[in-house]
Amino acid sequence: MKNMQTPLHKVKGMGSSHSGTGHFWHERVSSVALIPLTLWFGYAVLGLVNASEVTAISFLAHPVNAILMAAFVIITLYHIKLGMQVIIDDYVHAAGAKIALLLLVRFAVIATGAACLFALLRIASL
Amino acid sequence: MADNPQAQARPARPLSPHLTIYHWAPTMLVSITHRVTGVGLSVGMLVLAWWLVAISNGPDGYQGFYNLVGSPIGLLAMFGFTWALAFHTLNGIRHLAFDLGYGFKKETARLSALLVIGLSLLVAAAIFALVWTGHAGYLG
Repeated sequence: MKNMQTPLHKVKGMGSSHSGTGHFWHERVSSVALIPLTLWFGYAVLGLVNASEVTAISFLAHPVNAILMAAFVIITLYHIKLGMQVIIDDYVHAAGAKIALLLLVRFAVIATGAACLFALLRIASL
Repeated sequence: MADNPQAQARPARPLSPHLTIYHWAPTMLVSITHRVTGVGLSVGMLVLAWWLVAISNGPDGYQGFYNLVGSPIGLLAMFGFTWALAFHTLNGIRHLAFDLGYGFKKETARLSALLVIGLSLLVAAAIFALVWTGHAGYLG
C-alpha cells in the first residue's frame, strides 16, 4: 500500500500523536524559567504588603518590574495551560467533555494573560 | 456500532483499587499534593490578575481588594497560596532533579519528599512571620 504520509511527516516520525516530547519539554523549560521569576515575585509581593496604592503603582510602573511581572504572568499561564492539560488528559475520558475543558483552559489562560498585560500597561501610564 | 458483538461480551471486571489499598508513603503524598497545589495556584493566578487590574483601576478598586485580602478568610487564602507556591516550587525543583536522573533511590526519594513538606511549611510560616512582625512592605 502506498504510504500517504508527506516526506516531512515521515521525517518528524510522530505518527498520530501529533507531537513528540514537546509538551513534556515545554513544561520543564517553563518550570526552570519560573524558579528565578518566582523568587522575584515573592520579593515583590512581600515588599508590597500593606503598601499604599502609590507605592504599588510606582513599583509596577518601573520598566524592569513591569517586564518581570509580565514574564512571570505569561510563563506561569503557559505552565498552567500545560499542567491543566495533563490533569484533564488523566481524568476526563469522555471526548466531548475533554475537548470542552481543554478549550476552556486555553481561553481562560489567554483572557487572564490579556487582562494582566493590559493592567500592567495601564499602570505604567498612570 | 450499536450491535457490536464485543460490546456485550464485556463483563464487569474489578478495577484495581489503586487509591484505597496502598499504604500512604511520603512520596505518594507529595506527588498528589504537587498536582493539587498546581490547581490551587491556577486559582491564585486569577487573584494575581485581579490584583493587577485593581491597581490599574485606581484607588477605589485597590482599597476594595486590600480590604478583602486583609479579612480573616482572605488571609487564610493568602497563607494557602503562599504555602502552595513554596511547595510547588520546591517539589518542582525535586522533579527537575528526577528528570536529570538524580534522587531515584527509594530512601533518597522518601527523604526529599519529607524535606519538601518540611521546608514548604517553614517557608510559608517564615513569610507570615515577616508580615506579622512588620518586616514586610519594605518597598514602600
